[in-house]
Order: sequence, then structure tokens, then C-alpha cells
Amino acid sequence: MSAASNLLNGPQTLGQGRAFWSGAAAVLALALVYPAFVDSYDVGSSAYFLCWVFMALGLCLMWGYGGMMSFGQTFFFGVGGYGYGVIEIYLGVAHGGALASLVAALLVSGLAAALIGYFMIYGRIGGMFFGIVTFAITLALAFFLNQTAGPEWHIGAARLNGFNGMQGMDPLALPWFGGDIDLEGTPFYYFVLALLIVVYLLLRMLVNSRFGNVLVAIREDSLRAELLGYDTRRYLLVTFVIGSMLGGLSGALYCSWGQFISPSSIGLPAAAMPVVWVAFSGRSDVTATLVGTLLLIAGFQALTIYSEQWALVLMGILLAGTVLLAPDGLIVSLANALARRRARGRAVLEPSLAER
Amino acid sequence: MLADSFSYFYQFADVFAFLVLSAAGLAIIFGMMGIINLAHGEFIMCGVYVTSAAYHAGLPLPLAQACGAIAAGLIGMLLEVTIIRPLYSRPLDSLLVTWGISLVATQGTLIALGSTFPGIDMPGHSFSVGDYSFSSYRMVLFAASLCVLGFVYVLFMRTRFGVHARATMQNPGMAQALGVRKGLIYAVSFGIGTGLAGLCGALYAPTMNLIPTMGTSFLVEAFVTVVVGGANVLLGTAPAAIALGIIRTGLNAWYGQVVGEIGLLIAVILIIRVLPDGFSGWLTRRSS
Repeated sequence: MSAASNLLNGPQTLGQGRAFWSGAAAVLALALVYPAFVDSYDVGSSAYFLCWVFMALGLCLMWGYGGMMSFGQTFFFGVGGYGYGVIEIYLGVAHGGALASLVAALLVSGLAAALIGYFMIYGRIGGMFFGIVTFAITLALAFFLNQTAGPEWHIGAARLNGFNGMQGMDPLALPWFGGDIDLEGTPFYYFVLALLIVVYLLLRMLVNSRFGNVLVAIREDSLRAELLGYDTRRYLLVTFVIGSMLGGLSGALYCSWGQFISPSSIGLPAAAMPVVWVAFSGRSDVTATLVGTLLLIAGFQALTIYSEQWALVLMGILLAGTVLLAPDGLIVSLANALARRRARGRAVLEPSLAER
Repeated sequence: MLADSFSYFYQFADVFAFLVLSAAGLAIIFGMMGIINLAHGEFIMCGVYVTSAAYHAGLPLPLAQACGAIAAGLIGMLLEVTIIRPLYSRPLDSLLVTWGISLVATQGTLIALGSTFPGIDMPGHSFSVGDYSFSSYRMVLFAASLCVLGFVYVLFMRTRFGVHARATMQNPGMAQALGVRKGLIYAVSFGIGTGLAGLCGALYAPTMNLIPTMGTSFLVEAFVTVVVGGANVLLGTAPAAIALGIIRTGLNAWYGQVVGEIGLLIAVILIIRVLPDGFSGWLTRRSS
């Protein structure tokens, strides 16, 4: 138990101690029994929310921990989504083909991230220009895919279909003894939930490990970290690949969920969404990002029913407002304020104990 | 032979004008204040919409275009004074705030004005050289891009404002101590930047469909020109536009538009791998 807690807790994450973990267990238990109480349509839309969280966690790792402001999460979302579609249409769903497509889509997005990241990180593009270049690449991919409507644009049997989007791929299926388990509706929800828990715990372990400490040191003072003998570029590149692959994972899961992906998931305003989620939640902490992203996505979906434009205006105001008023992010600021209050409460309590 | 070479020049001039006009405003704001204005596309869109509205209200086109540029400039100054000013010490945050503003502006325009807006017919006639025919308005755009570069040169190198602005850029504290009004310089520079964005929109208004998201179609070119050019408009944006213009024109001519756009991006990534500070950083380092 204490070995696990040493791996999961540390200076780089908020939310430690028994109160936090028992709260987390309670939330997890609720999430596990939740499908029993609602109809399968609602379970499906909850799974849809969960799909997006991976790319937010990836951005949190790159931006909050590594100091790399990547505006290209939807680029990798697109690579993962289109990658899943193309490969799945080629392999077919049987014999674990869909699952292999998911893995292959992840590898493709990782490869793309390694290539782009190499040129940027080893070219020492940092700060604002990191954001600008990733943003430009993202917009260019959306433009490119938008004009692939003609029948000459196909990869294998998969038609790209331009702005109408690609379709015709199968949802994920788990190969199992005595027949595949189709991952749709409730089974898909459990699959994504399990993935999310694994990714969340692994990220906590990563940022609290030696690797995570070096990463934070690079964020705080890249020159000093380099002078201490760390090859900062290698750390940043690995981080960029992991973070971007999480964007690709979101894209592949999204594509499996709706059996559809289009360039509008890549270009504007979609490209702004992960930045809004992470900036609002607090980029310096994975738990805050997880909670804040889920809250924002649920709120956004509820508003979109009335007017998508107004929901996007609200997202814009949230982004500008958070940065101006609570630059650390709302959830992180709240958590810090709570921690301070508890510390002050203890400080007041202890002298009175001493008097007695 | 003459017709062929003119045709290449014409295509280059078209790309060059697009790169310079779309990037100039962004580059001025980046060079002066060190922040990137992600709402740049929305200021271009503002220029387009105001131009079109003024044109349909009965103004002649050049006057309507001036209105578009001035409106974008004034809105930019207002924005600088109210929201951007506290962010100069946090340049990364200014990126996020301007992105938020850009979302609000695009979607707000969609809500207020709907998804389409009456456009403007392309003015001017076509002229022919040899067997090819060319649009004279594209040549006007090329001339306008040269005028913008000339305007920036005169403004920053030959006027009192320019001296103050460059002093503020180099050392804000010292300039202020010598009596330069830093706040005013920043507000006016920001206004000039957004005004040039508005001018870009105003000039391209007759060539495009008017939709609230049209600012995006300028963004990639504007970003890559500024990234390759670096912080100086004259030493950076102009040579970057020439280099990227040649690359883009060549790829367009031999392989088509799609390869041209992707090739441009690949060229940019290769260039910044070699010249991280862009052309202007490289040129300044060589000369010093």
C-alpha cells in the first residue's frame, strides 16, 4: 500500500492523503454503478464525454508540467481519428482488427508527434512560437482535409470525403473466447472508463517520478536544468510524444464511438477547446484537469442544445476571464485556497491545544 | 517567353502580397510588444465586414476600404487599453486571452449577422500579356503590399513617433524616463497593427466570400511569415515573404495548390530548425 502511494503521490500532484483517495474511490464507484440507473443512450453520451478527457490530460502534461504550449492537440486528434478509420477499414473488425487499428492509430500519432516535435524542440522553438507553429500545422491539416472531397482522395478503400467527413469504419471490438465483444453503448463506456483510470494513474506516477521532477525543473528554468547535465530536449520530446499520443487516443476513441470523423474536429473552433479546458481547470495538475474538463464538457453539451454559438462565446469568455482573473486555473486556485484555509485552521487550533 | 516570365512574376506577386498584407499587422504587434495577437484573423474579418457595409451604404470602394482599416485600428486601440495592457509581463497569457477574444468575436458575429454577408464584386479589368490574361486588381494588391512596407519603413525610421516607438521597444524604462509616453506608444502601435490587419481584410474583401470564420484563412500564412521573419517587420517580414513566396509559387506551378500549401509548411519547419530567431534575428546577429 505504501509503495503504491509513494508512486502515486508526490510534490507534483494535488490531492493526496486518505480523504482525497477515499473521495476518488467514491466517485469511481458512482461511475461504475451509474449505467445501471440510466438508459443506454445516456451511457453512450457519457462515454462520449470521457473520450475527450485524454487529450486534455495530454495537454496538461505537455503544457502544465513541461511548459510546452501545444495548440496542436486537435491535429493529433485528427491523425488518431483518421488513422483509426483508415486502418480499421483496411483490416476489418474481425480477429481483433479494430483493436489493432486503435493501437496502430496511436503509433501513427506518436510517429507524427516525434517528427514534428523533433524539428521544433531540437530547433529550440519555445514559448509562444511553439503554440503558433503547432496551431499553424493544425489549421493546415484541417484545410487540407476539407478539400479532399473528390473520389481521388482515398487511402485504400477509405474515402476521405472532404468536409463531409470519413465514415464506414466499425466500432471497437474486444476479441474474446467465443466471439468478439462489440464495444458500443455500455461496454464502450466501461472500456473508456477503464482506459481513463489507467491513463490517469500512469500520468500521476510519471509526473511524480524522477522523470516528472526533471520535467518540472525544465519548465521552471530550462537553462539551469541543462547546466545540471540533463538533456532537456530529450525529456521534452518524450513528453511531447506522450501528450500528443493522448490526443490521438481521444481521436481514435471518438471515431470508434460515432463511426465518423470530419475536419471540423480539427480546425477552429475545435482546436481551442482543449486549451480552454486545461486553462480553466489549471494546467499544473492532472486531477484538476480531469475534473475541470469533465465539468466543462458536460456544461458545454448542455448549452449546445440551446445554441452552439452562445456556448462557444461562453467558452471564449471563460478562457479570457480565467487567464485574466485566475491565471493558475479555477480548479487549482480553489484547491489551493482550500488547502490554505485548512492549514490556517490547523495553525489556529494548535496553540489552543498547547494551552490546554 | 516574356509572357511566361510575366506569368511567373504575377503568381509570385500574388503570393507575396498575400503574405505581406496578412502578416504585417501581426509582425508589428509582435515586434513592438512581444505578444502574438491570436485575434488577428478577427481584425481582418472586421476590416472585410466594415468595408462591405460601407460599400453597400454607397461609399466608393477605396473610401470604404479606408473605413475598414480605421475601424479595425480603433477597436484594436480600445482592446489594448482595456484588456491587453496588464498582460505585457505575461506574454504567454496574452496569447490565450486574445484567443478567447477571437472565439467571442467569431461566434458573436455569427449570432449578430448570420452566416453570410453581401460581398463586393471584384473591381478593375483584366489585362493580357501574350496569351495569358491577368486580373489588374491582383496587381493593385501587390502595389498595396509594397506601400505597406514603405509606410512601415517611413513610420518607424523617419518620424518622431518611430524614434519613440523604437526606443520603447529597446528599453521601455529608459524611454519612459526620458519622457516618452509608453502607454500611448503601445496603444498606437497596437492600433497600427490591428489597423493593418483591417487593411488586409479591406483589400481582400472583393476577392472572397464573406463568412464570420474567414479570418482563419489568413492565419496560417500570417503565422508562418512572422515565425520565419522574426520580430522585425522590415528585416523579417519582407525577406520571409520573398523566400516563402518563391517556394510557394514554385510548388504551386509544378505540383499544384495542395502541395504548395503543405510544402510551405514543411519549408517553414525546416527554416526554423536552422534559424530559430527567424530572418531578422539572423540578420541582426550577422550585422552586430
